[in-house]
Amino acid sequence: MATAAELDRSADSADGFRQEARAWLEANFPLSLRGKDNAMSAVDGPTDETPDQKAWREAMGAKGWGVPTWPKEYGGGGLTREQARLLGEEMMRIGAWNPIGGMGVMMFGPTLLEYGNEQQKQQHIPGIVKGEVRWCQGYSEPGAGSDLASLQTFAEDKGDHYIVNGQKTWTSGGQWADKCFALVRTDKTQKHAGISFLLIDMDAEGVETRPIKLISGASPFCETFFSNVKVPKENLVGREGQGWEIGTRLLQHERNSLSGGGGSQGRMNQGEQIPSIAKKYRELDESGKLADSDLRTRIIKHEMDQRAFALTLRRAALEAKGNAGPSAATSVMKNVGARITQDRAELAIEIMGMQGLGWEGEGFSQEEIAQTRTWLWGKAVSIYGGSSEIQNNVIAKRILGMLDHQ
Amino acid sequence: MALLNDEQVMLRDMAREWANNESPTTAFRKLRDAAPAKGFDAEAWTTIGQMGWSGIVIPEEFGGTAFGYLSLGLVVEQLGRNLAVSPLSSTAVAASAIVMGGSDKSKQEWLSKLAAGEAVATLAIDEGPVHGGAITASVSGGKLTGTKKFVAEGDGADVFVVAAADGLYLVPAGEGVSVASRKMVDNRSHADVTFTNAPAEKLGGTDLTQAIVDRATAVTTAEMLGMADSAFNQTLDYLKQRVQFGQVLSTFQALQHRMAKMKTELELMRSAVEGALEAIDAGRSDVDQAVSLAKAVANDTLRLVSREMVQLYGGVGMTDEYDAGLYLKRSAVLENMWGTASYHRDRFARLNGY
Repeated sequence: MATAAELDRSADSADGFRQEARAWLEANFPLSLRGKDNAMSAVDGPTDETPDQKAWREAMGAKGWGVPTWPKEYGGGGLTREQARLLGEEMMRIGAWNPIGGMGVMMFGPTLLEYGNEQQKQQHIPGIVKGEVRWCQGYSEPGAGSDLASLQTFAEDKGDHYIVNGQKTWTSGGQWADKCFALVRTDKTQKHAGISFLLIDMDAEGVETRPIKLISGASPFCETFFSNVKVPKENLVGREGQGWEIGTRLLQHERNSLSGGGGSQGRMNQGEQIPSIAKKYRELDESGKLADSDLRTRIIKHEMDQRAFALTLRRAALEAKGNAGPSAATSVMKNVGARITQDRAELAIEIMGMQGLGWEGEGFSQEEIAQTRTWLWGKAVSIYGGSSEIQNNVIAKRILGMLDHQ
Repeated sequence: MALLNDEQVMLRDMAREWANNESPTTAFRKLRDAAPAKGFDAEAWTTIGQMGWSGIVIPEEFGGTAFGYLSLGLVVEQLGRNLAVSPLSSTAVAASAIVMGGSDKSKQEWLSKLAAGEAVATLAIDEGPVHGGAITASVSGGKLTGTKKFVAEGDGADVFVVAAADGLYLVPAGEGVSVASRKMVDNRSHADVTFTNAPAEKLGGTDLTQAIVDRATAVTTAEMLGMADSAFNQTLDYLKQRVQFGQVLSTFQALQHRMAKMKTELELMRSAVEGALEAIDAGRSDVDQAVSLAKAVANDTLRLVSREMVQLYGGVGMTDEYDAGLYLKRSAVLENMWGTASYHRDRFARLNGY
């Protein structure tokens, strides 16, 4: 825990950095892009960049500020957490957004910085920093979801390379990805200790992806098939058998970003506030209250939940100063974040009635269709990245020390 | 935990240590059996005064430290963990009312004594069993008349901060003041206080009444936070040692997930409570919203944890020998004090325009 005295000492240098960030952003952020975050492309697929978008991505990529706290030697921003927070504030002030994102930033990069060798970091980090290389995650399999360690995709040792065979599923953005970080089995005789962390080129021979159509109509995930795919040994991160440890660490980074700890908080909850939607679609009584008192109560509970969660994220960020990376507490955040996202979507469509259940075509506004799709897509957030039930296991075992059956 | 300065860290640790050494729940049980007329242990209150806790929101010129409400909350939270009995919360918040609206004469007369723990002050606001009802007490020619119900620490108070229809007044115990004790489920001091032409000094209008009630509410949520955290951890310890079906209970997934859910709610509760205390210290304009958020969340969470404590302890949770019932009973009283969850949800929505 940082004391106020320590913060006072850093206040002067913080002020200087704020000025620097403000000047650079004003010189480099194209005002035409103000507020036009294209971060949802992870779900909708990549779109062609406009010249301004390209310039902004390249400027942030060269500066390293898309990943502000990553080390400078691999192209990162080299900023302290406090400076990164100030940068975020300055970006928000002018409506700038981060053009560098995706799984490379949220999950793989931080993990490679911890576990990769020097050559791997030099080879892979700069492409993530510049937003040039898209990564996807090869974890889940048809028979290995919550019980991930039962995965079967096998990497056979062939001397200087592996031959990989098997099937992954729920590969987010697999059809658009350049590379995949995958958990594969290098030893069939041990469950957890037989798993390794391997980097696979998605354009290698024998890699095939098939998009999965979701209930929301979108296809952000793929099935990915590996048939005799040749992968050089230098693409093994860590040791053979260390994959479970590395893969679990990566999931903590994922939960951290999904819960908003990585600064993406509210992306799912963006847009018009629920009370304002309610006032538009529903009757008010003579005192200006929503006439449906049961609905009103549930809206208030949701709004309070969201406010308490925002305060908790802020508190967690303050407490994390000086700590190394995300902890098991990210499971708490992920579950609350998922609950709030889903409650919000359920309330939004309930408020709108039949008008909130449009699929397409005449008679529904774009916002109404978006609410429907957001509601359906939102069912994923309590399942992906470790379901809420799995997070409760993590909270019970790792935070509360409640043991498994002996 | 909010970002604490050095004084706050020291204060918190000191309060935790004192509560554990000098005021564990066995001290509460002793007090319950002894049933002193004033409702608290005079010796413990003197010590609290000597440690400076009763002066935390009183300016230095009157013998306080002016550390502020987050600091007060930290101390109250630690005492709440062990159900420690004292008139600290009521005295501190009533002192705030004198600081904010009292005459120089009243400040001279009361603040140093309150800061030193040599006098007890309390708020007399509600006139019925549910917070938020009409306030009809009235003042004419400097004399206050009306009856206040369920006044916390009413039995031992030397001075009352009283809400009348037109604002807040300072009324010393004695002339025109009669106190009728109420025996409540939490075995703390609660009293109906009747004022009949009692000499009263005006502290401020209804805005001040609301500001002081918000402070009292925030401090109450700090006590609730300490109780909830402690009740949760006691339950967790119990689940780790109670054996059934050849296993300790903590290995059962159904129980693990109930505990994980409570842990999650506790994190939100801490943020909301500290957020309200910080809003007061920062003089923010949305203290009212922050306080209603904190009380609604605190009510829901402490209710969940205290009821689950009894259930998860099982049969022994129903016995007076175990502490679960003590937390349950105090919880129910604090859920009502300064407004139920539904009162604060309604207020929060009105403040936000729906």
